[in-house]
Amino acid sequence: MDARTAEFLEHIQSGGLVETGDWMPDEYRARLTKFVEMHANSELMGVLPERDWILRAPTLQRKLALTAKIQDEVGHAQLLYRVVEDLGKPRDACLDDLIAGRSKFHNVFHYPTRTWGDVGVIAWLVDAAAIISQKALLKCSYAPYGRIMRKICWEESFHILHGRDVVLTLVTGSDAQRELVQEALDRWWEPLMMFHGNPIPAGEDPMVHWRIKSQANEDARQQFLEGYVPQVWELGLTLPDAKLRRRDDGVWEYTEPDWERLMAVVSGHGPASAERLAFRRLSRAEVDWVSRTVLAEAA
Amino acid sequence: MSEQGPSRAELLLSLADDELILGWRNSEWTGIAPFLEEDVAFSSIAQNEIGHARALYELVARELGTDADALAFDRPLEEFRSAPLVELRRLEWARTIARHWLYETADAVRLEALMRSDDPEIAGIAAKIDREEVYHRIHAEMWIDRLLASTEARPRLDEAIEELWPYALGVLDDQLRPELVRRVEAKLGRTMPNAEPVPRGRHEAELAELLGEMTMVRRSAPAGARW
Amino acid sequence: MAVVFEVFRREREGAAMQHAGSISAPDERFAEIYAREQYGRRGESEALWLVPRDAVHEIDEFVDEFDLKYRRVDGYSIKERLKEARERAGTVQG
Repeated sequence: MDARTAEFLEHIQSGGLVETGDWMPDEYRARLTKFVEMHANSELMGVLPERDWILRAPTLQRKLALTAKIQDEVGHAQLLYRVVEDLGKPRDACLDDLIAGRSKFHNVFHYPTRTWGDVGVIAWLVDAAAIISQKALLKCSYAPYGRIMRKICWEESFHILHGRDVVLTLVTGSDAQRELVQEALDRWWEPLMMFHGNPIPAGEDPMVHWRIKSQANEDARQQFLEGYVPQVWELGLTLPDAKLRRRDDGVWEYTEPDWERLMAVVSGHGPASAERLAFRRLSRAEVDWVSRTVLAEAA
Repeated sequence: MSEQGPSRAELLLSLADDELILGWRNSEWTGIAPFLEEDVAFSSIAQNEIGHARALYELVARELGTDADALAFDRPLEEFRSAPLVELRRLEWARTIARHWLYETADAVRLEALMRSDDPEIAGIAAKIDREEVYHRIHAEMWIDRLLASTEARPRLDEAIEELWPYALGVLDDQLRPELVRRVEAKLGRTMPNAEPVPRGRHEAELAELLGEMTMVRRSAPAGARW
Repeated sequence: MAVVFEVFRREREGAAMQHAGSISAPDERFAEIYAREQYGRRGESEALWLVPRDAVHEIDEFVDEFDLKYRRVDGYSIKERLKEARERAGTVQG
């Protein structure tokens, strides 16, 4: 490692921050760009499983809340792609890579949504899992990204409430409505358990080394379980893992997810991946003329 | 206000249905608009429209002894009073912008008339809606100007306006329609064709499909279920 | 998207304008609408400023080679002299 890189590493490992335009080692820039790009891709791809339900929301309030939630996610994608652009990769290149299947997005967005029950479970638990990760990113050594996390966390706080409200309304409704939630939980639990990634120790995680993330994957997962499993169980709902329990020392035990399957899913082989990428490809092709028009000389 | 013509409930319902259906259509772009910034902006417009619909339904609901959700979701197709213009499903950007601008122009004329209503509730809600619609008009105008100025986009826009023109004429009644024509002609700098307005009361085929999808979750539980 | 605009926002009356982020837009007209949405749709801003990025001049280097501390509070240490003055005046606190 050269002296300049060593100095940079010392700076960030003692809590120092980096701004756009500051010098940074190539490895830092590359890892950071990829990380933020994956985050941006995930926000964008996250829209697709949910947007069908905007058209089917069963009350005006739910319609508005769900539209606003998805709008937030699109807005987050926009903010994140801006960060990536300032790091050197233009948005079009990101979108090209995304729809060609060359870049990654988060596991949960590779799965289909099937019922209104999914809408509640996703808004409540997927967003809860996400907020835990996002809070850990508030202290990112790259300050522009940390600042965006603040805005994102603030905006996402209503998503969780909205999701929980949908779930609570369903579980206090008819048996059929209650069953919508249980069935959705049964399908979403495995993706949720994989959400925070495989349990690399913090010392071996390059994201922690460069102070991009400040929390080890397993810590994040434990935080999620500690916060949300009791909230699920108190509604009389079950989770499809017989091993799931909290030990006396506070650590949650669970059936180890299939981490190889996670890798396959994230690389584009989840149940809904191909369909979603194809959809994105189509929608992009249809509106290429708009981008050309709008980028042409100002009116 | 005249004693002839639509009843108060019918008037409010046409307005509400226009805003609801258009809001529904516009919300279809959430997540797939031409670029992300526009996606966010257009989604707000759609939400505003649904918000207007909700406020209008609430006004009528009091009169009819029901609630806004029941009016939005539980009426059969024949009872909807939306203008055919908003019912068309056009997931194509030039048509979307053309419809957006034509509707906003017609709606501005309509709201101006309603703000002069003797009925204080109607005048009041029209004024509130109008204050929000100012931003919709700015947005629509910006896009129209941009598309008109582009050699690639202009023909697409012209074609879209031509297709939607008879539908746009059907948004307003005989009394208000000439003002719509005047404003559109002023903006485009040309005379618009003399077309037969596509009137309210006839529903586009796409509306049945929209209502089917819109109510599918709601219908899966008995009436009165909470969601 | 053609131009990057820096967005500043005032959170509430009396607060200073603070940098909020950036927006990419074809021109000012679009930028206004998009900034209003991204930084104001929840009523979270009192006012916004939009500035094209290349109109912003950044200054991030400040020289103080000769430690001119006399201009700052940390350039003064009055504890010892105050003690001496109080002793002289017989007003030392116990």
